Amino acid sequence: MPLVSNGQIVSDRYRSIADDAELPADGALLLSAARFLASADSLRGHDGPIGVIWPNDRNIAELVPHLDQLATVVLLFPTFRDGRAHSQARLLRERYGFRGELRASGQVLRDQFVFLLRNGFDSFDVKKDSDAEAFAAAASRYSVFYQPAADQAVGALQRRRQLRGPAQGGQP
Amino acid sequence: MYVYDEIDRTLVAERVAEFRDQVQRRLSGELTEEEFKPLRLMNGVYLQLHAYMFRVAIPYGTLSAPQLRKLAEVAQRYDRGYGHFTTRQNIQFNWIKLADLPDALAELAEVGLHAMQTSGNCTRNVTADQWGGVAPGEVEDPRLWAEILRQHTTLHPEFSFLPRKFKIAITASEHDRAAIKIHDIGLRLRRNEQGETGFEVLVGGGLGRSPFIAKTIKPFVAGRDLLSYVEAILRVYNQYGRRDNIYKARIKILVHELGIDKFAAEVENEWRQLAGGPLTLDDETIADIRSRFIYPDYPPLPDAKELLAQASASEPAFATWLANSVAPHKQPGYAIVTLSLKPVGAPPGDATAEQMAAIADLAERYSFSEIRVAHEQNLVLPHVAQRDLPELWHALEAIGVATPNVNLITDIIACPGLDYCSLANARSIPIAQQLTRRFSSAAAQALGQLHLNISGCINACGHHHVGHIGILGVEKNGEEYYQITIGGRADQKAQLGELLGPAVPFDQVADVIEDLVEAYRELRAGPQELFVDTVSRLGVEPFKERVYATRQ
Amino acid sequence: MTSPLQQKIKITGPSVVTANRTIDGVVVYRSADQRWATDLAEAAIVRDAPTARALLAEAAADDVGAVGAYIAPVLIAADGTVLPGNLREQIRRDGVSITLPSVR
Repeated sequence: MPLVSNGQIVSDRYRSIADDAELPADGALLLSAARFLASADSLRGHDGPIGVIWPNDRNIAELVPHLDQLATVVLLFPTFRDGRAHSQARLLRERYGFRGELRASGQVLRDQFVFLLRNGFDSFDVKKDSDAEAFAAAASRYSVFYQPAADQAVGALQRRRQLRGPAQGGQP
Repeated sequence: MYVYDEIDRTLVAERVAEFRDQVQRRLSGELTEEEFKPLRLMNGVYLQLHAYMFRVAIPYGTLSAPQLRKLAEVAQRYDRGYGHFTTRQNIQFNWIKLADLPDALAELAEVGLHAMQTSGNCTRNVTADQWGGVAPGEVEDPRLWAEILRQHTTLHPEFSFLPRKFKIAITASEHDRAAIKIHDIGLRLRRNEQGETGFEVLVGGGLGRSPFIAKTIKPFVAGRDLLSYVEAILRVYNQYGRRDNIYKARIKILVHELGIDKFAAEVENEWRQLAGGPLTLDDETIADIRSRFIYPDYPPLPDAKELLAQASASEPAFATWLANSVAPHKQPGYAIVTLSLKPVGAPPGDATAEQMAAIADLAERYSFSEIRVAHEQNLVLPHVAQRDLPELWHALEAIGVATPNVNLITDIIACPGLDYCSLANARSIPIAQQLTRRFSSAAAQALGQLHLNISGCINACGHHHVGHIGILGVEKNGEEYYQITIGGRADQKAQLGELLGPAVPFDQVADVIEDLVEAYRELRAGPQELFVDTVSRLGVEPFKERVYATRQ
Repeated sequence: MTSPLQQKIKITGPSVVTANRTIDGVVVYRSADQRWATDLAEAAIVRDAPTARALLAEAAADDVGAVGAYIAPVLIAADGTVLPGNLREQIRRDGVSITLPSVR
């Protein structure tokens, strides 16, 4: 499963730590939600980035007290038709101000890239190599959007007003 | 008419390109059917018994003449020369080839038509009163708000993979022609005591195997908060709606399981976080969308009472049609004309390419180039000068869309049923055909308003639960049987019909309906009492006795 | 989507494997020589669950050619003609039971 991060295919820096394995003293660690919550205190001061894999049926607000110690949150798409993690991503980015890496994992296909990017994801465990290679093209498929989301794009309702503004006042 | 600008056109064109790529990947095998199915559904493409079915969106049921003409062309070029108008104000084609779909979509895009979100687990076409903007006494044109919602929910990144489909309907009149109480969200435009425009918001209506009438979740949401409030509902639903069982995944089940108060509290909590944020609609934004709706510049005309009286006197058939299919308009001298797509012996809601093209021409000549689709599967010319009515009637007669049966027992809502649909258990269209033959025009007129709805399976696409008479096709030992309910209604007093008794075989349905109608004629308090009111006054029992006394 | 192979296979008489052709949705039947045929007469007939399962597995493996393969009952007439085993399959083979509006 290729990892696409900030538009590039990269190798994953994280080591996945099983729930019953000992915590390494340093390095980039990826933990389950249960393991992370149980070890959150002891992980403070850990030398290396920490990531957590958060299930899509668990309230994302539980992570809020710990966001400052997380470099990465991985949200899950057991199938791409299960869209719960889209809402979790919006909440993390817009309501809880998470600025770290937000990774989509599971059945992540080319046809979801635009939606995922708009919801604030910036890295992707892509299921198929061909989709990972097509990332740039697929991600830029749309140049206009009707609604504001967690990205920088402006929704159409606002965009029209921007377009109209200068027209009324002469040259922009 | 809402007029597209560069943003709308670009988005539709980019969507066509995306779907073309998806179809190519499917045909090359790069996408499996499992991966492709949700993608094609989000573009209105189903696989039915004999072919792909393609559903084109008609936002809030408003079409321009060039759009209807284009639909006729697509029917001719890519399908079998006809289309089927649906209860959600869309049109579907039954025989399209997957390989042709990208080209058909590209042609539709030329006139601003698309198929986005006409299926799939996302927000579907936002529907509205087919008389929006022309009905006397409405609060304001509901289509303005439907368009705002359409834009907001189109390719919504967070809500394109909801637990299940999501349908929104809006009405702005006392009389609800949009059936808002059987929608996931029903919106009733109203003004509060301060004169502010806003909405009563209802949630959790729907038919299918667990039918529910929507409940009011908030009596007034100001217009500026509409998007943030709908967003809050969708976010609660997306997170907590059931995904373990497709039959329990609609929002109505979540509302039912949580209870409306708990659900409302969840939404309120979420909404408090969103209110006042980027989704707030300021006056300027609303005015901007409003300015992009083009309204006819009606030349002032007096009411044409005398002319119509004369025409009625010389042509009794015109008089019957005028009384049945023509409704008052907010503008003096004008009228709203319903075109019945329910001629005797024909599939309800179907129109041929020739009919569509001819109606487009008539709309240009008589209705400021505008056509509406009604959820009852009829068409509407919304801006007809009263003095043109006799001439228009002749033209409509000539193409077979002036059957004077609007709102009568033969104005049947029916799903495609087992003739087309892979989910159906029994046929719907042949039952409708039998019934339109059984009740003559005069007999139907004499019965007054009587809505008869037919579904070919429990998914209830034919709205059988809310027909004054509802017919549901079921399968018994390989045979088609039909359950009959009475007393349902879809308007502002929406309620679910009650089962009459054991299902009857295909051959007996028309006889049973005739018995029901006979019972009504005997039982009604007077000719003014509608069938549904007689049922509501007396209950199902006397009808049941009458129907089953002579059977088994 | 439930895989066709997860369907419970219950056979009460002669059966075929049928699906819709991917490119245009046309009704097709799996033949004994591993093709999709549009004519029911060319369909491979199976008479017991293991054979049916094998035919379905073989057919479903062709995800590009056809969609939604399943087992459908047929009747064999005295002269050997293969007929659809129920109303649904009859409508699939023969087309809609009504006259199309466009040929009215």
